[in-house]
Amino acid sequence: MRIIWRALAVLLVALAPAAYAADAPPQTIVLASTTSVDNSGLLQAILPGFTKATNISVKVLAQGTGQALDTARRDDADLVLVHDPEAEAKFIGEGHGINQRQIAWNDFIIVGPKGDPAHIAGGHDALAALKAIAATKAAFVSRGDRSGTNALELRLWKAADIDPKAAGGGTWYRDIGGGMGQALNAAAAMPAYTLSDRGTWLSFKNKGPLVVSIEGDPHLINRYDVIELNPQKHGNRKLAAAKAFADWLVSPAGQAAIGAYKVGGEELFNPSAEHPK
Amino acid sequence: MTDIPTIWDAFATAELWQIITLSLSVSLSAAAIAAALGLPLGVALAVWRFPGRRVAIVTANSLLGLPPVVIGLVLYLLLSHEGPFGWLGLLFTPTAMVIAQAVLALPIVTALAHRAAEDLWAEYGDALLVFGASKSRAVPVLIDMGRVAMLTAVLAGFGRTISEVGAILIVGGNIAGYTRTMTTAVALETSKGNLPLALGLGVVLIGISTLISATAFALIGRSPR
Repeated sequence: MRIIWRALAVLLVALAPAAYAADAPPQTIVLASTTSVDNSGLLQAILPGFTKATNISVKVLAQGTGQALDTARRDDADLVLVHDPEAEAKFIGEGHGINQRQIAWNDFIIVGPKGDPAHIAGGHDALAALKAIAATKAAFVSRGDRSGTNALELRLWKAADIDPKAAGGGTWYRDIGGGMGQALNAAAAMPAYTLSDRGTWLSFKNKGPLVVSIEGDPHLINRYDVIELNPQKHGNRKLAAAKAFADWLVSPAGQAAIGAYKVGGEELFNPSAEHPK
Repeated sequence: MTDIPTIWDAFATAELWQIITLSLSVSLSAAAIAAALGLPLGVALAVWRFPGRRVAIVTANSLLGLPPVVIGLVLYLLLSHEGPFGWLGLLFTPTAMVIAQAVLALPIVTALAHRAAEDLWAEYGDALLVFGASKSRAVPVLIDMGRVAMLTAVLAGFGRTISEVGAILIVGGNIAGYTRTMTTAVALETSKGNLPLALGLGVVLIGISTLISATAFALIGRSPR
């Protein structure tokens, strides 16, 4: 037994510093953000440039917009980068957030099976498409996770005058309660329609039978905002370093970095600090 | 790992090795803490008779199936800046992940150590006491006598920690280069639709935990009685 203890002790001594030295790095901020800006690879692409210029490193929590704002409300993050105008307005109205600035936009799309059971492919009208999906009871995957994408999806159903849970909950309307990638994996496997942000869609690698069905509806615009935290409620967070990152995102250098990020030759995010959409 | 299509390319990156190191250091630390507390505790439950002993044994056994997400959530609420231990600043750190996994592994190690020690105590307890050992001296002796079973208990705890994803995702946050482990990376790559890489990471994870179990059994098999 003694030899096991010795082996364990050696392992602990050897490995523990790796874990604990990292606990308190200098000038590190926690950014609560959405899966779409992280899983698409955008933050990974632009953060090294920022860290190099300022010596501030950014730890990214990739959550849905609702969860990201809650994390900041609970005082567990230094800055938020999210995409749900209504939830953001509420966050600011409650006195948690200040200085909301748009950094970039892209768009949402409705993706669905190549076979197109609802006969919507090639359209540019999201509301008509949802009505057709409901009318034909074609399978539709909902995120159901209070993310920005989920919030927009629910607003679209409302605008189309359909209550999808009442009409097809448990049958064709499938609330999976997961992230964008999980929803796309589920939609590809069923197959089903779903609403996706374009960034995640372009960088997603398990598309299976899914293709873009609907795009180009003005309802489907997707705006990303950075919001700083109100020092009156979150004074103990690293707000100065967080502000430096927010400022950098909207600066010419940050905007250029966002615009330069491409997947398969396509620009995923359109920088829009100068001219917010 | 955005543009890494397969595990073979991933091996060339420092990121993968950093993820493996963090997984091992977190899970081994948690298993070691669970062993340091759970082995003596489990054996003590077999040796001493005291009021509440049955309750403690039943509790340890019922906690074998502790749901990781619930532990993650409870720890999240405790460690959040709004929670009672928020001032420690441990949320979204590897330390928080070690705590979560140690809590998950402790009942496993305790319950299995107790089961092994109970048989040994029934068989050799009287002899030990006759030869003048006190009960507290009997605890390390029993751990040593049942070392293969004790090792199995610790490895069962380690198996829980290295494979666990629900708790560390909540209290660690899956932050790239900081709290991203093998299991949270598998979950992330799956959500990116990068199934070959996710599967590759999974195979590496299984390989590493197999290697550790095999090494531990080889060591204990050779250690003198």
